[in-house]
Amino acid sequence: MITFVPRDKVSKNWTIIGPILSIFLTVFFGLLIFTFLGYNPLETLYQVFLSPFSRIDRISDIFVKACPLVIVGIGLMLCFRANVWNIGAEGQFIMGTLLAGSFALLFPSVETKFFIFIMMVIGFIGGALWAFIPAILKTKLNVNEILVSLMLVYVAMLFIDFIVRGPLRDPMSFGFPLSKPYPDGAIINKIPFPGIGYLGQLHYGILLILLLIPISWLFVNKTLSGFKINVLGSAPKAAKFAGFKQNTITITVLLISGGLAGVAGVIEVSANIGQLQPEVSFGYGFTAIIVAFLGRLNPIGILFAGIIIATVKLGADNAQMSMGIPKVVTGLFEGILLFFLLTGETLQKYKIKWLKDT
Amino acid sequence: MLKFCMRIFSLFALSASVLFFMFNSAFAGNPTKVGFVYLTTPGDHGWTYAHELGKQMVEKRFGSDVKVSVVENVPEGPDATRVIRELAKQGNEIIFTTSFGYMEPTLKVAKEFPNVKFEHITGYKRSKNVATGNIRFYEGRYIQGVVAGLMTKTNKIGYIGAYPIAEVIMGINSFAQGLRSVNKDASISVIWANTWYDPVKEADAAKVHIAEGADILAQHTDSPAMLQIAEKKGALGFGQSTDMSAFAPKAQLFASINNWGPYYIRKIEELKTGKWNTGDGPDHWAGNDWGGIKAEMLLISKFQNMPDSVAKKAQEALDGIKSGKINIFAGPLVDNTGKEIIPAGKSLDDGALWGMNYYLKGVNGKVPG
Repeated sequence: MITFVPRDKVSKNWTIIGPILSIFLTVFFGLLIFTFLGYNPLETLYQVFLSPFSRIDRISDIFVKACPLVIVGIGLMLCFRANVWNIGAEGQFIMGTLLAGSFALLFPSVETKFFIFIMMVIGFIGGALWAFIPAILKTKLNVNEILVSLMLVYVAMLFIDFIVRGPLRDPMSFGFPLSKPYPDGAIINKIPFPGIGYLGQLHYGILLILLLIPISWLFVNKTLSGFKINVLGSAPKAAKFAGFKQNTITITVLLISGGLAGVAGVIEVSANIGQLQPEVSFGYGFTAIIVAFLGRLNPIGILFAGIIIATVKLGADNAQMSMGIPKVVTGLFEGILLFFLLTGETLQKYKIKWLKDT
Repeated sequence: MLKFCMRIFSLFALSASVLFFMFNSAFAGNPTKVGFVYLTTPGDHGWTYAHELGKQMVEKRFGSDVKVSVVENVPEGPDATRVIRELAKQGNEIIFTTSFGYMEPTLKVAKEFPNVKFEHITGYKRSKNVATGNIRFYEGRYIQGVVAGLMTKTNKIGYIGAYPIAEVIMGINSFAQGLRSVNKDASISVIWANTWYDPVKEADAAKVHIAEGADILAQHTDSPAMLQIAEKKGALGFGQSTDMSAFAPKAQLFASINNWGPYYIRKIEELKTGKWNTGDGPDHWAGNDWGGIKAEMLLISKFQNMPDSVAKKAQEALDGIKSGKINIFAGPLVDNTGKEIIPAGKSLDDGALWGMNYYLKGVNGKVPG
């Protein structure tokens, strides 16, 4: 039997060496696997890890890909810090998108870009409402929020599917399940750079991350509410003694994380798709869970985690394009990376202890 | 320690990139660069696999005159835009995007790369450098209908639909026309799977059909699950997109096979000779390239698990479609509520096919939505 025992003190040196060692081991095993499968190992590694940084527009693609992951991840961070397990960000993402998108389609000729802020507010409300269901069930009836939030993902998927097939289907779409295109005011533009033009799909929605990271950092580290969330998560009994209202905190973090997921959806669809379709999320809500933990439930960490995940995903596509490496192989590599990063982090905090069988 | 590691890492990165560029410049000559975007991993059956076979035909035909890049598993959203743009940036001269959902991403990127040619498969929007290609899948379904009508004992046909869109509905209606050409008593029931590919759902739908008495199954979904269920339960059915007899040797009557190779080869040849174009027809699927059995874009696999007399009828239907003697949607046509669609002497044109939102006689129920 193996158990994990918390370390008394987390070694400062290991917090630096740990991740580097993890990357090193990932690279090592990556090289091994690529060689074994008959691909040029160094070139593969270059494609997966470094090629996404090889051109300025590729770098901007990383941020575009990381954007929804980071926004959702920051919302989830609050939940996970408070020991509230919101697994349903995917559904909240969809419902926020759907509510804001339906609203936008009511105004087919709106042009002012101010409209996008209204959509973001509505998206927040949509996501928050969807998260309110597990919140209220958890606090009033003590229903497990993991189950409820997860199952509501599938409800949301079917619901948006129904909406774009039925009420919101564009009559000009030859029966295909697509809504009409968003009005101009609901589109987030790409950022033009003087002399260069556009950098890939880099859009103004990215700016929200710049705003969100410092705000959320201040919130969790410098405010009383942030403190309460942390205490509730790490020492629920202490929180109770201190008279913190557990239910209020639970509901608040769920609403905020649901809301942020909704906002992420609005940005993603307004910037990159421009209409409602049956699939709007592509697993962002689930991947963001990994991002939140990889980022150690810390806003800046989450930014980097989002960038790492986005990089590997883009690198996997590049490896396919230039070397014909199937996605399953690069997916394996991604798995190894996550395995070592998360193992490394766990081992910093915990000792492994072998227990004799009794 | 940290510094040292960083240095090692950057050294490593540098050497990796140098190696990469050396490797890259090793390619000499000027092959035509061709890009493909796939919705899923090709695997060994179904929609994307049919495109993969087409790509292999391209490679076989042109050899070192083409350099093919493939990206598989690309979701129909922002990732598609990025991947297509990346393929264009890497110098691919013609890019085939092989799923309907790539329509807007393809058009978006095409605007940014006016010198690159784009081929959107199964789309209906074109532009100066975006052509569309599609297959007349419904022609194969007519022959399926003929075989089903002759083979069924219960007169109940179970049909698994993907999504209630025009393409699928015209397939069902074409099946019904074939069915009723040989058997006026049989009728089709449709279960909507609401997916193109989900073996579990497809298998469930097949089980329901069989439980309700259907002895012939047809599908507009992508996995061999339906045929596998048919094989197990002693029913018969038709393969989709690629020959699926390996999955159900005793159940597959025949498969309609999507044959993209000739289309790809022709378009790449046109590009090489400067004759590439987007066609000048009206703006629906038929506007550009919509080839079927005659163009050999749709192939019919071997007729099997049926008596010779049925196979002979099937062959007649196949020949009739090829020669143009059989006009599948010729009037008089009435829908399944008795409303006249088109009178005798006329027939539906391609545009009308893409507007189909009704079932013809021979199909039970009504189109959802």
